[in-house]
Amino acid sequence: MTNATATVDNGVNVEALLGAREALTGARPAAEFKWSASNEWINGAHSQSTVSGFFGLGEAQAHRQPYTFDTDHPEVFASEDNGATPVELVLAGLAGCLTAGVAAVAQNRGIQLHSVKATVSGDMDIAGILGIDSDVRNGFSQIDVAYEIDADGSPEDIQGLVAQSQKRSAVFDVVTNPTNVQVRVV
Amino acid sequence: MQSTPAVIIGGGQAGLAMSASLQNQSIDHVVLERSEVANSWLTERWDSLRLLTPNWMTRLPGYSYKGADPDGYMRSSEVAQFLTDYAAAINAPIRTGVEVSSVTSNGNSHIVSTNQGPIRTHAVVVATGACSTPKIPAIAKDMPTHLRQMPAIAYRNPQSTEGPVLVVGASASGMQIADELSRVGIEVTLAVGEHTRLPRTYRGMDIHWWMDTLGLLDDRYDEVEDIARARRLPSLQLVGTPEKRSLDLNSVGETGVQIVGRIVGMNGNTAQFSGGLANHCASADLKLGRLLKSIDEHVSDHGLEAELDAASRPLPTNIDSAKTTVDLASYKTVIWATGFKPNFPWLNDDLLDNKGAIRHDGGVMTQPGMYVLGMPFTRRRKSSFLDGVGPDALELAPHLHKHLDTTASVNH
Repeated sequence: MTNATATVDNGVNVEALLGAREALTGARPAAEFKWSASNEWINGAHSQSTVSGFFGLGEAQAHRQPYTFDTDHPEVFASEDNGATPVELVLAGLAGCLTAGVAAVAQNRGIQLHSVKATVSGDMDIAGILGIDSDVRNGFSQIDVAYEIDADGSPEDIQGLVAQSQKRSAVFDVVTNPTNVQVRVV
Repeated sequence: MQSTPAVIIGGGQAGLAMSASLQNQSIDHVVLERSEVANSWLTERWDSLRLLTPNWMTRLPGYSYKGADPDGYMRSSEVAQFLTDYAAAINAPIRTGVEVSSVTSNGNSHIVSTNQGPIRTHAVVVATGACSTPKIPAIAKDMPTHLRQMPAIAYRNPQSTEGPVLVVGASASGMQIADELSRVGIEVTLAVGEHTRLPRTYRGMDIHWWMDTLGLLDDRYDEVEDIARARRLPSLQLVGTPEKRSLDLNSVGETGVQIVGRIVGMNGNTAQFSGGLANHCASADLKLGRLLKSIDEHVSDHGLEAELDAASRPLPTNIDSAKTTVDLASYKTVIWATGFKPNFPWLNDDLLDNKGAIRHDGGVMTQPGMYVLGMPFTRRRKSSFLDGVGPDALELAPHLHKHLDTTASVNH
């Protein structure tokens, strides 16, 4: 099956990823990454986040260019809707991470992808954030991710891609498991 | 059918305080008690429990603590004796062993149905207390079956508790139980959500003395900004011990209790805890700081520095690297110290809100002639305290009297 990787191209450099895994197994400190974003309030619920640098492989790294993300609330919340709501960015992050995983796993398993489409939805009772009902949590009560995948593989193969992608997904872990969060004023 | 102008349901502190207040108004009434006076103080408290308030803060209409230790804290058996003595002193018309099964209203007439037959009355006072039905989170159903689960009111002592133990809730109950178990060497994990941190004493005086002196416990229901929030604030993180020690996350941490965040999920044997613990602790510390600052201001405004100890602030809550998951495979017991929920199956649904709590305005229920006492913040911050129900009863009794006068004239 590994020979098939030669003819499969999902745009993922599996050799590089496998090489990195091997190299970092022997150099654990280089595997310590720190991701960061900066955020600045603009007006009302509108703020802008920027990602540019991060740390990893033992030194400061930079994106090819800075990326910015506007977040705001929609007009039904009496806001100006200058960007996605922050919770939508979380859903986008989850989808982006899982889809990247699908591509990488498919490449490694020699499965050619033709199209991968995901629809992510999060259920939220806003009685929580509005303080109407203290028994309702602020965050999502449920997240649903639906994948439509066209690939050269059996339905079981495709199920396997989606399963393995969740197993190795950072954002899937972030949203399904608790993380200590420290919010400071500096 | 038996008939009386007023029926009080519940023979605890609230029911007795109302009985004394109705006697002041010369209103005939009966007090219905499902078992004995102060029953829950005798049967639904753990062995070591003492009141959180000092003995001098035990003031009921026409009666108060007169013992030799005004600064001490009563054991629950002593509270039961105190209330029994109070009932005798005011000659309360108590009928014990009477269980209410329903209250139905028809205009100004109410029928209280009991296991001893129905009673017709023009006024009903619900005084069954706020601490009878434990509120257990839904996640309890996801706990592995090898664990023995119990609410805090079913806990008795460390000897009858097998460890390791997960204690959920860090108000007075959860903190006291975790502390007591840990001190005898039982392994304890304590799940901590929103909590109210207080030192036992500050500048040499009991914290309740300060709150009483500053009038903080007298905040009124119609003056606070958000009464719904005030009514669900967690109880105070305190313990009443002869040595007057403080009980906070730092002190229980020092005894070896493992502190984690609010419980948020179960995955097989693995319990998951919120990563928001730091925020819950920081919020409690901020609130504590505001209280102590207002005490310091009171001291300097009144020039009391010479009479009091120097201001010595408690250290910030120290929780570094709390775990977010704990494997409960080796655990034996889970104690839910997660508060209480309303439970009034004998009241009409239209008297209750969507959570089953009695709808009321300062103790005046939506059905004319019906009243409730002893709930958190019924009329003031101390309403659910032994020391706080008296003023509520004294204020509601004239309202009830006026209601009886109105119905009497209508009935003519």
